[in-house]
Amino acid sequence: MDNIPMETGFIIAGILFTLGLTGVMIRRNVIFMLMSIEIMLNAAGLAFVFAGSFWQQADGQVMFIFILAVAAAEVSVGLALIILIYQKFKTLDVDKLSKMKG
Amino acid sequence: MHSLIEWIVLLPFAGFLILSVLGKYLNKNLIGATGVGSVGISALLTFIVGAGFLAQPTQIFTVSIWRWFDVAGFHPQIAFHIDSLSVVFIFVITFVGFLIHLYSAEFMKDDDGYARFFAYMNLFVGSMLVLVLADNLLLLYLGWEGVGLCSFLLIGFWYKEPDNAAAARKAFIVTRVGDTAMAIGLFLLFYHFNTLDIRTLLGEIPGQWEMGSPLATTAAFLLLGGAVGKSAQLPLQTWLPDAMAGPSPVSALIHAATMVTAGVYLIARMHILFIQSPMVMMVIAIVGAATLLIAGFSALAQYDIKKVLAYSTISQIGYMFLALGVGAWSAAIFHFMIHAFFKALLFLGAGAVILAMHHEHDMFKMGGLKKQLPVTFWTFLIGSASLAALPLVTAGFYSKDEILWYAWAGERGGVWLWLAGIVGALITAVYTFRMIFITFYGEQKTEVHQKPGVLIKIPLVVLAILSLVGGFINLPHNFGHFDLFSQFVTRTLPGIEIDGEVESLEWVMQLISAVLALVGVYLAYVFYLKRSSVYEDISAKATVLKKFLLYGWSFDALYDKLFVVPVVTLARINKGDFIDFVYTGIANINLFFNGLLSKTQNGNVRWYIMGIAFGAIVLIAIIFTL
Repeated sequence: MDNIPMETGFIIAGILFTLGLTGVMIRRNVIFMLMSIEIMLNAAGLAFVFAGSFWQQADGQVMFIFILAVAAAEVSVGLALIILIYQKFKTLDVDKLSKMKG
Repeated sequence: MHSLIEWIVLLPFAGFLILSVLGKYLNKNLIGATGVGSVGISALLTFIVGAGFLAQPTQIFTVSIWRWFDVAGFHPQIAFHIDSLSVVFIFVITFVGFLIHLYSAEFMKDDDGYARFFAYMNLFVGSMLVLVLADNLLLLYLGWEGVGLCSFLLIGFWYKEPDNAAAARKAFIVTRVGDTAMAIGLFLLFYHFNTLDIRTLLGEIPGQWEMGSPLATTAAFLLLGGAVGKSAQLPLQTWLPDAMAGPSPVSALIHAATMVTAGVYLIARMHILFIQSPMVMMVIAIVGAATLLIAGFSALAQYDIKKVLAYSTISQIGYMFLALGVGAWSAAIFHFMIHAFFKALLFLGAGAVILAMHHEHDMFKMGGLKKQLPVTFWTFLIGSASLAALPLVTAGFYSKDEILWYAWAGERGGVWLWLAGIVGALITAVYTFRMIFITFYGEQKTEVHQKPGVLIKIPLVVLAILSLVGGFINLPHNFGHFDLFSQFVTRTLPGIEIDGEVESLEWVMQLISAVLALVGVYLAYVFYLKRSSVYEDISAKATVLKKFLLYGWSFDALYDKLFVVPVVTLARINKGDFIDFVYTGIANINLFFNGLLSKTQNGNVRWYIMGIAFGAIVLIAIIFTL
């Protein structure tokens, strides 16, 4: 880890985050969107870990464990919602799930 | 004696309160007793106060009840002032008012709104007393608007007929034109003198405003506007004939004896202001002379018995204005009093006739009532004689002759004013006796439905007596020096100077007016009783003229074109309200952007994410470029 410069780490984290965001934006299936959100969360986690190792602090890894917990909770709630959505609308295409207009 | 004055005013108001609050629960006898009694006691107190005042006429006093309000050095009082002018007015208001209330107790007894009627009438008497007793112009204005309100309420008393309600609105709106001018006049006076107290004003005006100064003229002109509106003079006279839609006692009390003379009172009360402006005095005289002729001619063509009397009232108030304009103050007040007697009598008589004819107003459907309604006929005849100023025996002769004499001989008088007055006197005699001959002579056309009872007869007889003997308290100079009334009134109002040279002509003038009155009666006799062929010829040829006169010189049509139509058109154009455009505009812009933004709320999750991402990029870009 020591010989990877911080810039490289952040660039990797940035690329991961952008990939995740792009996935959320262009995917129409709710499950894939959920997965993309996980990628974005992990990108943030990666950035924390890099920063923690740079300043030789444990806080970065502590934050990553928080993120893992949040991601786990989010996925469980999200999957439960997806099952409900599928039962109700018989589809997982978000573009068809646009009943809640402003 | 001083403490009695406030009771004179308060009793009618108390009557109004009782009748308006408890009117529903009282039976008709109690309602009548309250309504008539309050004014009756008030009249009694007026006699006591008046007797005390006659014994010591120099004792002018003001009774202050409480301070109305106190703002920035302006502190008008609720205070009543007694001097010879207000004594004459409260005497007429309470005494004639009482007789009319007495008459109404029988006249209105079959009406559902009995309590409402007396409540309004009492409120009217109270407001009118406030008007004439007020010691400052603000309190006077309160009474002024109070009587205007009561006039509106009572003209529209039978409000279920749309025409009556329209007449009430018309009266209110037309007088409001004058009232607005008057209010501006009061502002002007207050602006310059920092007070509206009448005696302070009258004391300060000659010192601060010199003769004929533009300010004095403006102020006098604005007050004259109010007087002209209330007293139905040219050019605001159009409301009075329509005001006849009210019950006859209302016409007698409000639209003949008291309220319509409020303008005369105002001018007499503020006489010093008006004297400071010779131009306005001349305008008053000309307005009076023009009005008396216009209204007199209109009266010649009316069918409705009450409208004859309405035009005649306008015409007689024109005489009072003429007198005021030439500076014959006491003559104007004298004619006011005598006119209140005989015109109230005539309206009450007309009411009795109308009641007998089952609410028929058209004179041409009456006829031959002389034998059927003897008391009404004789009293009506006396009232008419007084109105026509038949010489020597009637009160109207003395009061009108005084005005005509001063219109000729007074320092501000002139031959044209006198000529207008004398022609008016001839017309008055013609239309008055036209009314008598058509209504009471000839063949009977409608059955008598209801004969007047004793409560109707008493006021008629009392007023008839007053219409005969009332004139003897102030005889012309050449009839011996007996001028109680002038002496009494000139304690408050200035006397009049007469050109010395013409004094010997007074006999001639009296002879001319006496002969003209008799000629008028004879003309009416020839035209309307004998129905000579000359009359048929003229009336066949002059249908257009008759129509023109019937509608009061078509002033209504003129005002309709000049004011009503443009205003209504403007109102129609401005239905959406131009000023509101700004505010509705702001609201509409907001609604437009709201519509735009609400389009973005399309429920599409990916769209929202795109928005977030775009927003984040923009934000980051801004942060980095700074």
